[in-house]
Amino acid sequence: MTFTTNYELRCRDCGKGWGNQPKSICEDCFSPLEVSYDYDALRAAFSRDKIAQGPPSMWRYSALLPLPPDYNPVLPAGFTPLLRASRLGNQWGASHLFLKNDAVCVPTLSFKDRVVAVALAQARAFGFDTVACSSTGNLANSVAAQAARNGFKSWIFIPGDLEPAKIIGTQVFGAKLVRIAGSYDQVNRLCSQIADERHWGFVNVNLRPYYAEGSKTVGFEIAEQLGWRLPDNVVVPMAGGSLITKIKKAFTELIELNLVEPKPVKFFGAQATGCSPISAAVKCGNSEIDPQKPSTIARSLAIGNPADGHYAIQAIGKSGGWAEDVSDPEIVDSIQLLAQTEGIFTETAGGVTVGCARKLYRQDRILPEETTVLCITGNGLKTTDVLFGKYAEENAIPPKLAEFNRYMEAGEDSLAQTRGEVAETVEV
Amino acid sequence: MTITVQIPTALRRHTAGIDRITCTAANLTEMLSTLDHKFPDLKPHLRDEAGQLRRFLNVYVNEEDIRFLGGYSYVFQEGDEVLLVPSIAGGK
Repeated sequence: MTFTTNYELRCRDCGKGWGNQPKSICEDCFSPLEVSYDYDALRAAFSRDKIAQGPPSMWRYSALLPLPPDYNPVLPAGFTPLLRASRLGNQWGASHLFLKNDAVCVPTLSFKDRVVAVALAQARAFGFDTVACSSTGNLANSVAAQAARNGFKSWIFIPGDLEPAKIIGTQVFGAKLVRIAGSYDQVNRLCSQIADERHWGFVNVNLRPYYAEGSKTVGFEIAEQLGWRLPDNVVVPMAGGSLITKIKKAFTELIELNLVEPKPVKFFGAQATGCSPISAAVKCGNSEIDPQKPSTIARSLAIGNPADGHYAIQAIGKSGGWAEDVSDPEIVDSIQLLAQTEGIFTETAGGVTVGCARKLYRQDRILPEETTVLCITGNGLKTTDVLFGKYAEENAIPPKLAEFNRYMEAGEDSLAQTRGEVAETVEV
Repeated sequence: MTITVQIPTALRRHTAGIDRITCTAANLTEMLSTLDHKFPDLKPHLRDEAGQLRRFLNVYVNEEDIRFLGGYSYVFQEGDEVLLVPSIAGGK
């Protein structure tokens, strides 16, 4: 296939160009392929004015995404709100705290909608009729939904212990769901072998270089929504480690294209302690990953052998940032804290981000007056199981005013008690 | 010990299309030496300039990552099935 584009696949290590094809590793040196762009050609096509005239979705940044020529998007993914978090900030003494809220990304309520949108654009161009993925849940939902919308068949491979909401939220779209008795890392390895044998568009295997570029739109949006400037810090949850590296790439590209003033940004990575190969490496000063066997309620982040771990460590280290991790109880507390202070119900990964940010403020690695963005990447309605037992079961009362008043009197004491309890666990 | 090594598609152009070999090796170091000897073209694709196994190449023994089994110190058992699988990264 030949088409004229401003981008092509290039090996990160040896620099060899591979054109555009469904391929993710350099056959010469086995290193990952990445999409590289002709920035000189893009400089004219990509200006603040042109972006402002674009649609209110990630497609306003199409010029900086690897899309087939004349690609016509069928879904308005991305361009989620960047919210000032005054009430959460007050808890931590932080005056310039922001939330990038991908809990409301469309169509499936996680940031994965961005990467899948780009991958499926290329899947069509490469002539695949079937798309597939290995997933910890959110990617499964997004591939299944967008495959349905785009008319692809889809095969989804997941670890056997995934949350019920994420399983139903995949099957409902007519996807073929394959549960594997094993961890995500085992699912992922199996998918590499399957991708080797079948002519399918695996979004995170043979389409991965294109797919990963979709994550850049989180970075573009943060900069545009801050009034075309870069923040001082971003806090990003890490599973495979790709998102944090792609937000960094987005900021670098905006500087390269003169859309923002150059400025150092610190990158902070967040993991669950029960699966923390990247934060463990950062804390020990290692440049390589020591793989782990995950054990955490943050299943969407439970990747023990993160493919982009090496690059995530580099991105964090070079920026002067840091990585932290939080326990399962801290994750649940943080989900509740975010919901109660800002009205955002995030999934476990968001709890990880909020919990780690709290630690980073406490450690003075993030200072109160610095502009700091927390990336909330998924929606709490998909992981309600972790809140089971956290709230008293309410008995139904008769539909009478007197009954309600009696209920109020009886409830005030216990309500006060509940509030006290929550405040205690989230106090900083 | 006699083991079987599966070669992924991406590397088969350096093995004249051969997708699996049976060989004798006591450990990972010996297995890599055997592969070097059998397929001289393959060597630079398996090892970096320092002679180490390339960062993005994962080795599995009977479906388990060899790093969980002790890595270079793991002693192969008779009949072990070894998989070479590229790690699919895409970041920068």
